Amino acid sequence: MVLRVKNLSVARGGVAVLEGVSFTLAPSDALVVKGPNGIGKTTLLRTVAGLQPAFKGTVEAPEDSLAYAAHSDGLKSMLSVAENLEFWAHVFGQKDITQAVDAFDLSDLRNRLAGSLSAGQKRRLGLARLLVTARPIWILDEPTVSLDTASVALFAQAVQRHLSSGGSALLATHIDLGLQANILDVGPFKAVAGATAISGYDEAFL
Amino acid sequence: MGSIWEYANPVKFSQTVSRFLAPVAMGATVCLVIGLVWGFFFTPDDFRQGATVKIIYLHVPAALMAINAWFMMLVTSLIWLVRRHHVSALAAKAAAPIGVTMTVIALITGAIWGQPMWGTWWAWDPRLTSFLILFLFYLGYIALWEAIDDPDTAADLTSVLCIVGSVFAVLSRYAVNFWNQGLHQGASVMRAGAITGTDTEEKVSNVFFYPLLVCIIGFVLLFVALVLLRTRTEIHKRRTRALLARERMA
Amino acid sequence: MRALLKRDLILAFRAGGGFGLGIAFFLIVVVLVPFSVGPESGLLTKIAPGVLWLGALLACLLSLDRILALDWEDGTLDLMATAPLPLEAVVTVKALAHWMTTGVPLVVAAPLFGVLLNLPPQGFVWLVVSLALGTPALSVIGTFGAALTVGLKRGGLLLSLLILPLYVPTLIFGAELARRGAEGQAVSTPLLMLAGISFGVIALLPFASALVLRVNLR
Repeated sequence: MVLRVKNLSVARGGVAVLEGVSFTLAPSDALVVKGPNGIGKTTLLRTVAGLQPAFKGTVEAPEDSLAYAAHSDGLKSMLSVAENLEFWAHVFGQKDITQAVDAFDLSDLRNRLAGSLSAGQKRRLGLARLLVTARPIWILDEPTVSLDTASVALFAQAVQRHLSSGGSALLATHIDLGLQANILDVGPFKAVAGATAISGYDEAFL
Repeated sequence: MGSIWEYANPVKFSQTVSRFLAPVAMGATVCLVIGLVWGFFFTPDDFRQGATVKIIYLHVPAALMAINAWFMMLVTSLIWLVRRHHVSALAAKAAAPIGVTMTVIALITGAIWGQPMWGTWWAWDPRLTSFLILFLFYLGYIALWEAIDDPDTAADLTSVLCIVGSVFAVLSRYAVNFWNQGLHQGASVMRAGAITGTDTEEKVSNVFFYPLLVCIIGFVLLFVALVLLRTRTEIHKRRTRALLARERMA
Repeated sequence: MRALLKRDLILAFRAGGGFGLGIAFFLIVVVLVPFSVGPESGLLTKIAPGVLWLGALLACLLSLDRILALDWEDGTLDLMATAPLPLEAVVTVKALAHWMTTGVPLVVAAPLFGVLLNLPPQGFVWLVVSLALGTPALSVIGTFGAALTVGLKRGGLLLSLLILPLYVPTLIFGAELARRGAEGQAVSTPLLMLAGISFGVIALLPFASALVLRVNLR
């Protein structure tokens, strides 16, 4: 379950933002993507997750091994916490949600509608969704937004457990989670102006 | 000369268009002037329809091109989806407004013709109805192009719409045929087919047919010229966009 | 797949509007028709099948943009794209859920509204048959339209514009089947055509819907 990214260039709105990104994520590894706002961290993660095509380069990962979590968690406000988790567990072919509920301290909230949760509680629910996917490689975009210190600690524990059980994680975050993580500073990969900076579809017109 | 796909390169295409545009446009003008003047002034009035028959020189070519334009869009859409040549997608985009104009011309001239002939501006005849549906397809296609910012996404979505739409357009044609027979059993005094379209060539004598043929050639050339011109404009727009994007990066 | 269907049905129940809205709109159309064309029962009998079909079609159209838009907004579709479920299955289940929450109630309510429009007794069976056979096609075609316009801010109106010409064959054969049934004529041709259209779009259109959805997601 190794994620290999080779010479990857990613584009946003038809313009390349990052070029030549390469890294390898082995089991039990965590890799934190760092860089200033707007440099293309989200675009990079979405591309690695397969949600948008790579402009250049390759992303190699075993099939059905990636789980992606971002700002919107695919939660339905009219479903309860348990129903939301059960739904995603079923979609990913899993049954048990207890572990996910316990890991993010959601057992008291099980039957509350997701719409009535606070922002931080919702975020915890969104992260709990990761556990029910049973996917080994996590791709997390700003996972700690609107979490309080205690919840961040819960999250750090969950990631730690995931890593020690052979999983891996690719994170874009500004908070130090106290993980044994490598740092990938994407600053040097910022795309430079030039013919190659225009993504595939408009290049032909230059 | 290499393969035809050489012209899938936007720059090459633009250069070629610049060379061919003037002759094609000239040909269209000559054919249309000759065909229309011949048709309007140097053919006898029909013994049954009088002078109203002369609108045929606008109506029939426009109707033909309305369908052919959609067919061209279908082919270029398929080429885009399979081979990802940008020029192909842009040609489809460029053809749509011309096609819808031809459809409107066919509908309006048909109404003007129908008024004295059938005593009504509009009848839910299968042929008329099919053109109205074709008009709606064109509107939807153009609206979808306009609604999407990203040009590649727009090209993909409109191409799929064009293909699915084509299937449904054929289906609608059969449905409408069936529906009208179903509603007006036997009572089809105003069969448009007897006056327009394919029946024309058999019914109408050569006196009317030759100028009509010249008009049709003129419309085809006009369509080709307009598509080339508009495709080149679309290419220039994309080039501008690409240059601006590069400038922003610098 | 079953989980997705179950979730969509629960959501339609809880959010309200899912079942009620289509029916209410259908009722409004049917009630307003006699006010606009007059109460003469012969005329109503004549136009009843067509009006009922048109009302059902418009009621269906009303809820199309909700098929995918909500799941788009909250990121569900993004997550679905990375899930093991193929998008072809997702759009098929979405269409099925739309049919169960919109189409089925319309089919059930139609005979009731047929009474209001003075539909002759022999027409009820064929009205129900035609709607039961035709509304799945409306849902599947509508899902295609929803997939085309899912990323757009003002997608609703565009969706209607794109979908209306695609609805023409279904409407023609559906209404014709209902009309012939009501007038006691032979029904086999429109019946077979309507069935052909329904099964054809159910078999093929989900692939196109998944394709455009994938384009919209990237």
